[in-house]
Amino acid sequence: MDTIVKVESNRISSIKRRNMWNAVLRHKVLYLLMLPGIIYMLLNNYIPMFGIIIAFKNYNFEDGFLFSPTVGFDNFRYLFETPDAFIMTRNTLGYNAVFIVVNLVMSVTMAILLNEVRNRYSKRFYQSAVLLPFFLSAVIVAYLVYSLLNPDSGLVNRYILKSFGIEPISWYLEPKYWPFILVITNAWKNVGYGSIIYISAMTGIDTEYYEAATIDGARKWQQVKYITIPLLVPVMVIMTILSIGRIFYSDFGLFYQLPMGSGTLLPVTNVIDTYVYNSLVNMGDIGMSSAAGFYQSVVGFLLVLTTNLVVRKISPENALF
Amino acid sequence: MKNNRTHWLIHVIFIFCSAAAILPVLLVVAISFSSEDSINKYGYSLLPHEFSTYAYQYIFNDPHVLLRAYGNTIFATVVGTLTCMIITSALAYPLSRKSMPFRKFFTMFVVLTILFNGGLVPWYIVMKNYLHFSDNIWALVVPGLLLNGFNVLIMRTFFLNTIPGELLEAANMDGAGEFRIFAQIVIPLSKPVYATIGLFATLAYWNDWYNSMIFQVNHDNYSMQYVLQSILLNIQYLAQNTKSNNMSASLASLPQETSRMAMAIVAIGPIIFAYPFFQKYFIKGLTIGAVKG
Repeated sequence: MDTIVKVESNRISSIKRRNMWNAVLRHKVLYLLMLPGIIYMLLNNYIPMFGIIIAFKNYNFEDGFLFSPTVGFDNFRYLFETPDAFIMTRNTLGYNAVFIVVNLVMSVTMAILLNEVRNRYSKRFYQSAVLLPFFLSAVIVAYLVYSLLNPDSGLVNRYILKSFGIEPISWYLEPKYWPFILVITNAWKNVGYGSIIYISAMTGIDTEYYEAATIDGARKWQQVKYITIPLLVPVMVIMTILSIGRIFYSDFGLFYQLPMGSGTLLPVTNVIDTYVYNSLVNMGDIGMSSAAGFYQSVVGFLLVLTTNLVVRKISPENALF
Repeated sequence: MKNNRTHWLIHVIFIFCSAAAILPVLLVVAISFSSEDSINKYGYSLLPHEFSTYAYQYIFNDPHVLLRAYGNTIFATVVGTLTCMIITSALAYPLSRKSMPFRKFFTMFVVLTILFNGGLVPWYIVMKNYLHFSDNIWALVVPGLLLNGFNVLIMRTFFLNTIPGELLEAANMDGAGEFRIFAQIVIPLSKPVYATIGLFATLAYWNDWYNSMIFQVNHDNYSMQYVLQSILLNIQYLAQNTKSNNMSASLASLPQETSRMAMAIVAIGPIIFAYPFFQKYFIKGLTIGAVKG
């Protein structure tokens, strides 16, 4: 009896296998299409993923990733003995947390206000204008900030502070102003872009809600408060959770370009990404740099996984997988 | 009455926001068209105290640096964007085909690149020491920028939602091969998503300074943005990299403040001019992307 079942199941699985093989053959062109992309990802993404083991090694080029001498957790011990480890973690988390809140509030406000602009041409102009900064590179943004904050000829020192009778400020040497400068610049660059998502979410709201509310005598502000905002909340929640998943990663360009290499500003501008870059390229310290990179990758990975689980619970269509 | 006032208030707010977005760019334009003397005397201002095109004359007088950088950026942008669109869609389309075996496996293969990365150090070593992307123009095109998992997912979702399965089946019945179906049916139906991905890629390449910064040693291989960064950090960069033999003379005549602003304007010029045209597609594309990020 048993043998019959076994023979039968063997036969079925071999048929299955043959069918599978046929199906693969039928789709061979599709696999061929994927090939360049797959190879690229293997080289650009997957090999470096395994290369992450160099955080546990004293890397040298002759021995390569696999055969460089292993040093265990030494790199991490050195890294976490420096004050940098705390500073860069604090800065990364702190700035991102503030960015998330500020950008959320400003993007939603802007989207709601823009939706109230009735004139088609002004609406299009406003939207184009506020979206413009998003298209500028971090280098250009550094130019713009420099033209405002240049201590000798910058607009802020020369005109704005002067007209209030305030002494010129050496912006690039005074760390205390930089949290504000970075938050403002980040919002300036990204709020226009962020508002697009909420505007497109608002076009999906059924106009009948507003018609009914108007009949019931609801004023504009009440409509916003009781219809628009509640219906935007799911989108806000998703966007926020997704940003929280990325909270261990920073906008390298913003933190690297804006301070223009000013060392005095490092305590308030150093984030994990800039630390990894500086210790690799400027100090040539592969150990510290790869340890910091490992720390970022692993914590970042756990955060993305966790937030993705949460997103999958509330809104499966927005989950990555 | 009250409603009217609110409307005016909204306009005032947006005029302020628009000004905040545009004025910094105009400030750089104004500086680039000022005379160096007036900048030294009065500082930067939104209207040039003394109008002058000397900064532009200076950078176009010996356009070696400028042309080289522009050439590199244009090369990287054109080759990179086209390749990006081809390999991204060629990877995304099969993932949209539900009948393909191992579809889930390959999708996870792509998703994992978004979830986890090895960080800068191993990536840099692989690219530079093993694949030899250093100090050649290809280092501006290939590492990092050519393909990213997000774009693959955006395209896959677009194919899934907009290409009717019946259409593919019908084409198959009529004897069209897979490659022909992709090239002659799927691509023409998917112009919007190609436009979106193409725009994202163009922007990424045009604005890229990172690859130049970490891979290039030779100034001749710098992208536009990285040349700009070098000028911002070291005003003398322009004079030091001219072809003329008399470096000290060109250093002396260098209009330091205005010429670098002129360089910045020359670099963003194409984006500003193209902006009104591509902005519409970009917004449309973002909404495609936002459906499933």
